[in-house]
Amino acid sequence: MTQLSVKDAIKAFLHIHIRGVQVRDGDDIFVMGLVSSLFAMQLVEFTETRFGIEIGPDDLVLANFRSVNALSALVGRKTCVEGA
Amino acid sequence: MNTIGVLGSGVMGRGVAHALAGSGHRVVLIDHDPDQLTSALRQIRRDLRLVQLMQSSPAPRPDGVPPPAADELLARISATTEVEMLRGAAFIIENVTENWEIKQQVHRALDRLDMPAVPVAINTSAIPMARFAALYRDPGRVVGMHFMNPVPLMPVIEVIRGAATGAAALAAARQLAAQMGKQAIVVHDSPGFVTNRVMMLTVNEAIALLHEGVSTAEDIDRLFQTCFNHRMGPLATADLIGLDTVMYSLDVLHGELHQDKYRPCPLLAQLVAQGKLGRKTGVGFFSYEPTATPPPGPRDIEAAT
Repeated sequence: MTQLSVKDAIKAFLHIHIRGVQVRDGDDIFVMGLVSSLFAMQLVEFTETRFGIEIGPDDLVLANFRSVNALSALVGRKTCVEGA
Repeated sequence: MNTIGVLGSGVMGRGVAHALAGSGHRVVLIDHDPDQLTSALRQIRRDLRLVQLMQSSPAPRPDGVPPPAADELLARISATTEVEMLRGAAFIIENVTENWEIKQQVHRALDRLDMPAVPVAINTSAIPMARFAALYRDPGRVVGMHFMNPVPLMPVIEVIRGAATGAAALAAARQLAAQMGKQAIVVHDSPGFVTNRVMMLTVNEAIALLHEGVSTAEDIDRLFQTCFNHRMGPLATADLIGLDTVMYSLDVLHGELHQDKYRPCPLLAQLVAQGKLGRKTGVGFFSYEPTATPPPGPRDIEAAT
């Protein structure tokens, strides 16, 4: 999966939960107050299911989920490691 | 630390058990359904990830103590279907389904249980404490503790002092809240207390605006999010709580306070009748893409607000 399609998949998921607000790739969705803590966990589960990766304790930090760019980078790192 | 009895292992009960065990308490978690208990323990392990994620921000934990590992935390919780296991508890928190008929059966049984008259806290969205106090030979035991979901992360508990609540029960509830690292805000008894008397009315009025065609669901919520900086709009909040629970809470408020402003909006009643209950059924005021997690079942709506 290309970096572009990873971002598209993340944005499609966000769009369902964050209505009416345009989220750019670098926007911090937590600072913007757009998502709740419960949604944060949904985002983790979506990431694991959609991209077939496991988010371990070391990766379970908010910084990895704050923005489309951050999450896309995490997916890139994990798929690279797990595919190696 | 004392042993705390937690009745009910749905969303709220397991959240309370998790938060108690996370603050070092031993917990006896009771449910009549063994499968539900198994599911609750599995879910607590999963919820620990949420706590780790949300506490991974640069701000330190208020108590400065690192969270316990999953196995250590779960070892503090004894799950059982035997209500007699409550006998060693120093404090009891009831979180069963938000339905007066079910709740009153549980409290009648608690009153009959051969054990010291320890405080009994009731976790409810709207049912006044006076109704519970009337079920006890010693009504001073009864105090309200309205927890917010997700319990391990929410910093405040709305504590309800009923007319009959004894000083010892209130002090014990305050002390337990402090031990859990949470602030207790004490209010007097009223249907819906402070939070849900206002919140359910707001949600109902937002539904009425949608019903009258004043605005769209998206725009109603967006106005609250952008103008008032709310994390979620009232309609998305209703979807999260469950529209059946919203309607039940409004029915309690309407029945107790006899004011038409609490009458559920016809659109809410229609959606509930159609089984469009919000996130748990995939559609309410908004549609939700199915996720890997199974949607919560009917038990998961108890005292969720």
